[in-house]
Amino acid sequence: MRESIIMKIHYGTALGAVALVAVHILMRMTQNFDQSLQYENVIANYHFLPYALMLEAVLILLSVHGFNGLRVILLELKQGSTYEKMINYGSIAAMAILIAYGSRTILMAGMGIS
Amino acid sequence: MAVVTAQKPSEELITIGKTSTQSDAITLRIARSNPAEGQETTYAEFKVPVKKWTTVLEAILYVKQNLDHAVAVRYSCRQASCGSCGMKINGKPALACYTKVSEIKSNVITVEPMNNFPIIRDLAVDFKQLTSNHKKIKPFIINEESEVTPESKEFIQTPKDLEKFLQFSYCIKCGLCNSACPTMATDTSFIGPQGLAQAYRYVADNRDKGKEERLKIVDNSHGIWRCHFAGSCSHVCPKGVDPAMAIQLLRGYMLGFQK
Repeated sequence: MRESIIMKIHYGTALGAVALVAVHILMRMTQNFDQSLQYENVIANYHFLPYALMLEAVLILLSVHGFNGLRVILLELKQGSTYEKMINYGSIAAMAILIAYGSRTILMAGMGIS
Repeated sequence: MAVVTAQKPSEELITIGKTSTQSDAITLRIARSNPAEGQETTYAEFKVPVKKWTTVLEAILYVKQNLDHAVAVRYSCRQASCGSCGMKINGKPALACYTKVSEIKSNVITVEPMNNFPIIRDLAVDFKQLTSNHKKIKPFIINEESEVTPESKEFIQTPKDLEKFLQFSYCIKCGLCNSACPTMATDTSFIGPQGLAQAYRYVADNRDKGKEERLKIVDNSHGIWRCHFAGSCSHVCPKGVDPAMAIQLLRGYMLGFQK
């Protein structure tokens, strides 16, 4: 993939994440902060489908943005064909693993499996 | 650390200021190294007589003429046109011929080779990577109709068209921007502000038809996207070129904000 496309995704995910995380933080204001962290209330978030979908979107946006950012930092740190391939594929793998693990958590909590 | 003082000051430097009665002396610290022979950097100190108009290059040449002939320094035009005498002067990248000793406001002046370039010897650095990156971006007008024939018309440009790229055509390839760039310090494959600014210079030229070609060249993992917009390249440019702005404008083309 061309670097310009990757960077467009990078900027897009940043904007998306800022918007959705803002919604996520504002949702804490619907109740007292300490209440929002109580087990029942946290689980209730996952049972509310639109909110669970938003959390999934936040997870994807932050994983893509974060691991691409890390890839860029590591590419600037050291150069070399093998190293760069390793970093590129490693970032994609780490991104996929984190999304899979996070999605599993959202899905299990949503379905009431603990 | 050797301190050398001239037994007999050279007339050549002093004659410049014959009408002035004020003559001062500074301590010039020159970084000496020879990586090819595994020689580590040491600093040699020289007492140099200066006038208020003496440039750092003149001070270095005074040392070469009178105190130590072996100091390696690259220079040519002495008027900020050739871009040969770039070096770090008291830690800041600058052209030695364009920096007056009096404007530094210090009696001790340390000159070192530019950062982010391999050192050949003392103050002379290797420009191979800079010239190769410059060539890579095709620094010429790409236009099949560029040959002017008796039948063809000249390429008309409005002042507005010219304004888009004019300042970037003042680049003298001195390498000071690359030397000041923090990304170049870690990413040795980075094209650098000089190459990217030149890419913009030709992309923005309405006579040029090689935009797509050039944008592809700079669109890689060590290309235009690695600029962090620190702006130090623009800060040190002796010709008033703003490479940081060129990079942002070129990004505009890549993101589709500019056509």
